Amino acid sequence: MTEILLRTGDLSFAYPERTGLFRSPAMRAVIRGVELAVPRGSVLGLVGESGSGKTTLGRLLVRLLEPTSGGIQFDGIEISHLSEAELRPLRARIQMIFQDPQSSLNPRLRLAATLTRPPLLHGRMKTRREQRDRAARLLDLVGLPPAFVDRYPHELSGGQRQRAGIARALALQPDFIVADEIVSGLDVSTQAHILTLLKDLRARLGLTMVFISHDLSVVRVLCDDVAILNRGEVVEYGPVARIYSSPQHAYTRQLLAAIPLPDVEPGWLEESAPVVLPQQQGSAA
Amino acid sequence: MTATLAIEDLKVALRNGAAPVLRGVTLQVQPGEVRGLVGESGAGKSMIGRAVLGLLPTDARITAGRISFEGSDLVAMREADRRHLLGRRIALIPQDPMTSLNPVRRVGAQLTSLLRHHLGLSKSAALARATELLVEVAIREPERLLTLYPHEISGGMRQRVLIAMAFACDPALVIADEPTTALDVTVQRQVLQLVERLRLRHGAAVLFVTHDLGVVAKICRTVTVLHAGRVLEEGETRDVLVRPRHPYTRALLAATPRADRPAEALRPVPLALIEQLWSEAHRLDRLAVAGPL
Repeated sequence: MTEILLRTGDLSFAYPERTGLFRSPAMRAVIRGVELAVPRGSVLGLVGESGSGKTTLGRLLVRLLEPTSGGIQFDGIEISHLSEAELRPLRARIQMIFQDPQSSLNPRLRLAATLTRPPLLHGRMKTRREQRDRAARLLDLVGLPPAFVDRYPHELSGGQRQRAGIARALALQPDFIVADEIVSGLDVSTQAHILTLLKDLRARLGLTMVFISHDLSVVRVLCDDVAILNRGEVVEYGPVARIYSSPQHAYTRQLLAAIPLPDVEPGWLEESAPVVLPQQQGSAA
Repeated sequence: MTATLAIEDLKVALRNGAAPVLRGVTLQVQPGEVRGLVGESGAGKSMIGRAVLGLLPTDARITAGRISFEGSDLVAMREADRRHLLGRRIALIPQDPMTSLNPVRRVGAQLTSLLRHHLGLSKSAALARATELLVEVAIREPERLLTLYPHEISGGMRQRVLIAMAFACDPALVIADEPTTALDVTVQRQVLQLVERLRLRHGAAVLFVTHDLGVVAKICRTVTVLHAGRVLEEGETRDVLVRPRHPYTRALLAATPRADRPAEALRPVPLALIEQLWSEAHRLDRLAVAGPL
């Protein structure tokens, strides 16, 4: 029996929304009744379009947000309503990699400082020498030259910065990582290198991951399971091989059909379904 | 037959000629053709579009080459004559639907002022034409949409408005600069369908700038592959994608994740290949500095 590292039960999140100046705020549900179980050492893909709630769900899983109802168990501990102080010892084990490393790496710190600050805060290191060695080893782990410890984030290319973002998340040797759209801004060639790196790290470090993406093609490269999210609900959930070969839910089929594969396919542009969408309000994220 | 767009040996450099970005690009777009221009960031693909539109960054210079639109040279042309073509005969679908509309003017005002300026329509005729255009891009309640501000509509809807604006004056050439990059896949498909429908109806040729070989496969009949400001390969899309001749095109295809194939199929672009291509490009630059023999 595989051990489940992270489990959610009927997880929901809503935020108050003012509908008028003098009305009391109504609750707007963003995540509704999500049930996930991530076995240790596996990668779960979380796929949805903008507004599906995938980023909100990711932030709930690492407890940057507190759920409105339902539970999150991490390694057998119920974490859904722990206070910040109670979470602290767990923070080292649960990390997040963000979409935009440009804004998640401190621009005023050299990589050495960025990579050693978390272990220092958690009281894990003593000497300066130890710190620099540790930073260099982390960079080596993500395929960057150890000499980069003295660089600032703006001195790196997009792909290098994303590698540094991954190294930062690995600094505390976490066992669970949520990666939010971390390859979406990258070129095809850089993207393939980062995906290969993640596969490699996963095998070497035994990482458990939730990989959030809007791109089903990318998810297939890395993930064991995939959950399809639509308007805050998981509409389909299962092993990658099954979902891609025989999608059951209409929304999953629609998503798969919309991916432009690099094959010439006459008729793909013909409007099998009417193009007219319901008038949309509000701006897309 | 005169090509709609003919670019010959175009060289563009930034910092007043010090930093080459286009190193002699040649490409043609025939009437009614949809040509894909693919490349990764830094390849110079957007720079080509901007050179055609005369919208190069202020520190960029065209150092050599010709850009002909329907036989007349855009580079040598008087500013007033070129302005007369822009928006009317040559139109742009911009990349970012979020920032390409004026945030403080209603959609209707932006569409009608375009129609009045370029086509000399009266206020009421422009309003009627604007409504028709929105119907063409499959917007359901056009009259209501005309009264809204850009922030009140979704990204997909904004991109539809921009497509309507691009085709508004029946242009001969539309430059689509990564118009679907910021959109969800389902919305992207609808937008691609719209571009196809409108270019057929209005008889426009399209230069479709993208980094996505999937998008090229679906909408472009021909394709030009660009790297470091050089054309590495060009041809009919079905030939280039099935039998790519250049190693870089092959590598790009192998590095593109595919939802229909298992993970093992993915091959990152070899770094040695990228280094080799850049060193070739820099050798060209040194030759250019040395001047003709």
